[in-house]
Amino acid sequence: MGQKECEEAVSDNRPVNLDLSQFSFPLPAITSVIHRATGLILFVGVAFVLWAFQESLSGEESFNAIKSVMQGFLAKLILWGILSALLYHLVAGTKHLLMDMGIGETLEGGKLGAKITLVVSIVLILITGVWIW
Amino acid sequence: MVANITSLGRSGLYDWMVQRVTAVVLAAYILFLLGYFVATPDLSYADWNGLFACTAMKIFTLMALISLSAHAWVGMWTISTDYLKNSVVRFLFQGTCGGIMFVYFVWGIQILWGQ
Ligand code: HEM
Repeated sequence: MGQKECEEAVSDNRPVNLDLSQFSFPLPAITSVIHRATGLILFVGVAFVLWAFQESLSGEESFNAIKSVMQGFLAKLILWGILSALLYHLVAGTKHLLMDMGIGETLEGGKLGAKITLVVSIVLILITGVWIW
Repeated sequence: MVANITSLGRSGLYDWMVQRVTAVVLAAYILFLLGYFVATPDLSYADWNGLFACTAMKIFTLMALISLSAHAWVGMWTISTDYLKNSVVRFLFQGTCGGIMFVYFVWGIQILWGQ
C-alpha cells in the first residue's frame, strides 16, 4: 500500500480519547510507566555517577573529598534518589525478563507480578535509605 | 517486516534481544558493586583503587559501559518513537541521546584507563 492508501485505511471515524483523567490505570500499567520513568532518570543520573566515579579514582585527596561530600544531606538525597530509581528499574526489569521467558504471563500473573515488584522495590528502597543515613 | 533505519539493529527483534542481554550484564555489575559496598563498610582509597586496578574489574566495567550504551540507546529510542511523532524533533532527540551516550562511554573509558 502507498502512503495515501495507508492513511485512508486508518483515518476512519474511530473515537479518539486522549483524556488521561478518564482512563483507568491497572497496577501493571502503573508499574510499567514507573519502569520507563526510572529508565529516563537513570539516563540522566549516569552523569552524576560518572562524576563521582571519576573523583573517587583520581587520587587519595579527591577520594576523601568525595567521601565527605557524600556526607552532606543533599548529596545523600541525590544518591538515594538514583539508587531508588536503579533498584526499582532493576526489580521491574527482572520481572520483565521473567515474563519474557513465559513466567507469570497471564492476567493474574501480571497483576501479582506488579504487586510483587512494588512491594519488593519499596522494601529495598527503604533499606537503602536506612543504609545511607 | 518493517525495518527502521534509526533503530540500533535495524530490526525490533534484534533491539529487543540487545536490551535483554545488556540488562543482564548491567544487573550483574550493579549487584556486584552493591555487594562490594555492603561488604566493605569503611571503604578506603587503597581498597577502591586496588579494585579498579585489577584487569578483571576493568573488563567487567568495560562490559557494563558497553551494555549501558546499547541498553540506554535502545531504551531512549523506544521512548522517542512512542511519544515524538514529528520526525525532525524525534531525530534531534535521538541524536542528542546518542551524543550523550557517546560522551558517557568515552568518559567512562577515560576514568578506567586514564588515571
Ligand atoms: C543503569 C542504567 C540503566 C539505564 C540508564 C536504563 C535505561 C532504560 C530505558 C531508558 C529503558 C526504556 C524504557 C521503556 O521502553 O519503557 C529501559 C528498558 C529496560 N530496562 Fe533498563 N536501564 C538501566 C539498567 C537496567 C537494569 C540493571 C536492568 C535489569 C534488569 C534493566 C532492564 C530493562 C528492561 C528489561 C527494559 C525493557 C523494558 C521494555 O521492553 O518495555 N535496565 N532501560
